[in-house]
Amino acid sequence: MSNQLENFCRQTAQEKDLMLMTHVVCGYPSFDDNWRMLELMDENGADIVELQFPFSEPSADGPLFVQANQAAVDAGVTVQDCLDFMKKASERFSFKILMMGYLNTAWKMGYEKFTDALVDAGASGFILPDLPVEECKDLHALSETKGLAPIMLMTPTTPTERLHKIAATAKGLIYVVARKGVTGTKTQMSTELEDFLARCKEATDLPLAVGFGVSCKEDTDFLKGKADMAIVGTASLRAWLNGGEQELGTFLKNLK
Amino acid sequence: MNLFDYEDGREGYFGEYGGCFIPEILYSTVTELKDCFNDAKKDPKFWQEFVELMHNYSGRPTPVTYLKNLSEHLGGAQIYVKREDLNHTGSHKINNVMGQGLLCKRLGKERIIAETGAGQHGFATATMSARMGFDCKIYMGAVDVARQRPNVFWMENLGAKVIAVTDGQQTLKDAINECMRDWVSNMEDTHYALGTACGPHPFPEIVSYFQSIVGKEAREQLLANGAKLPDKVFACVGGGSNAMGIFQGFLDDENVELIGVEAGGHGPGLGKHAARIAYPDATTGIAQGYKTKYLQNSDGNMLDTHSVSAGLDYIGVSPILAHLADVGRVRFDAATDVEVTETLKLLMTIEGLIPALESTHAFVSAIKEAKTMNKDQVVLVNQSGRGDKDIFTVAEALDDTKWKTFIKERANLYV
Repeated sequence: MSNQLENFCRQTAQEKDLMLMTHVVCGYPSFDDNWRMLELMDENGADIVELQFPFSEPSADGPLFVQANQAAVDAGVTVQDCLDFMKKASERFSFKILMMGYLNTAWKMGYEKFTDALVDAGASGFILPDLPVEECKDLHALSETKGLAPIMLMTPTTPTERLHKIAATAKGLIYVVARKGVTGTKTQMSTELEDFLARCKEATDLPLAVGFGVSCKEDTDFLKGKADMAIVGTASLRAWLNGGEQELGTFLKNLK
Repeated sequence: MNLFDYEDGREGYFGEYGGCFIPEILYSTVTELKDCFNDAKKDPKFWQEFVELMHNYSGRPTPVTYLKNLSEHLGGAQIYVKREDLNHTGSHKINNVMGQGLLCKRLGKERIIAETGAGQHGFATATMSARMGFDCKIYMGAVDVARQRPNVFWMENLGAKVIAVTDGQQTLKDAINECMRDWVSNMEDTHYALGTACGPHPFPEIVSYFQSIVGKEAREQLLANGAKLPDKVFACVGGGSNAMGIFQGFLDDENVELIGVEAGGHGPGLGKHAARIAYPDATTGIAQGYKTKYLQNSDGNMLDTHSVSAGLDYIGVSPILAHLADVGRVRFDAATDVEVTETLKLLMTIEGLIPALESTHAFVSAIKEAKTMNKDQVVLVNQSGRGDKDIFTVAEALDDTKWKTFIKERANLYV
């Protein structure tokens, strides 16, 4: 059964040669700053935005997002704050919104309540990098009944047979991890990545969104025709921290 | 009781705890490790090689010492101590580390990373890496670096690179996160030698496997010495590796009561201790790659923890021990910082023992209960490490003025 997010991606793909997903860590540097970031992302053609719910143990994230998660947790940002912000954003903007975070946030809330809350806040799905395919059955089954897309990750070290297993439980789109390592380090766009994308395409028909180290126009140019979407996370937060809205605006404009 | 004979579809689970919640990028590496470990386990020569290495390099078997003075002083049960403090590098940590070094060789990897809290696991890993020729990097919370400088000194001089982790609470949990980040970047040539019976499957099993040498020896030694099986076995529990080590020797002896002692810190109350099971503050969660009882808030974010001993100052606990507590096989207790300092003073003066602050937690509960027991009963305590590494913390806790003067004089030499 096709999914709302998947339909949205397929439609948008007809108008664009490469879609754009961006990322915001909720409450960092502040919710007011987050709002301005979202406005800029909207103006500059973001198709999907990940709202990261801060977690105290962000072990898959690189230094900048670790710092952002920690500062937000220290500032007292709660899951409810993030959900309220998500609701406000989904009412105001046309881009699709995904919850991004760690499994414990969903687990602690309870999967039923978590998926209800996401639907209520207008999310299209979620990305939980520490939820492996072996453990996703319950949460994915609930998500399916509520029309949420559970986004699964494919990585260059994933064996081909396992790519198929992942594809079988994924909805909406596939998050393609461009390389090993954590978020926020430069990725060398290479034939190796092309080969990996080809392996992903053999395993799934879902749209492919490529993230981890996608940080400039050369990267997005490289991905055109090879993937459906670029995911730009750390680089946009770095731009904001370097020069506020002007720098982020310029950065996003230059990606196109 | 075979803890590691998993039900279908529940590999790596102990009751509701455990599992393997890792980023997809690590799947192949963890599978490779699991396969390598399962092969090694099936190879009788592997355990033999491990035991010989420990005899030759670390002074095993470590003795079981009868504490005659303390037993008479308390007037209750007869107290015996398993002397893991007499290992090379001064704690039980070397057991797991040497074993994982052998696994690393089998994996054909050349680089080792490890987290450390008190520094004992890092110290042991640096030693093993020097001996076996691995490149070694140790991640340690900056707060722990500050309170365990002597261990940092040794790690660096053994050739390891020590990275002070400045994220989060800057203790053991943050060092584990940083190891995961290193591992996802360098897994082709790097083995992560996790130091305790926590983390994603198969780490709790691997660490328990190598630490089981402690309990196997202790059981044989007690019986060979003419003592009976202990009525109670006490071990401190941070992550749970020394407790898993000694408890495994007695799991099938139904009449042997097993007691894990956690860090009571300043006593009950969120943020004041690191007792995940003995106090009612922890709830089930999923973090750092596995499901267990965590000290966390209602949003699932981890709380600050406190203990006088860096090695017990941790948010989670071995999923195996969480399960054994659920099924009633292991009972949990907590010892506070104050009780620990007092007990250490007693042990030094009455028996000439200097247990690590971590291990002293086990003695606090053992002494309390031994008093109420009969003279023909036997108590076994695992002295998981030696306390001379804690000289700065202990001297401060004892408010030793001569020590303070000494430190000032030494400091003046470096001005």
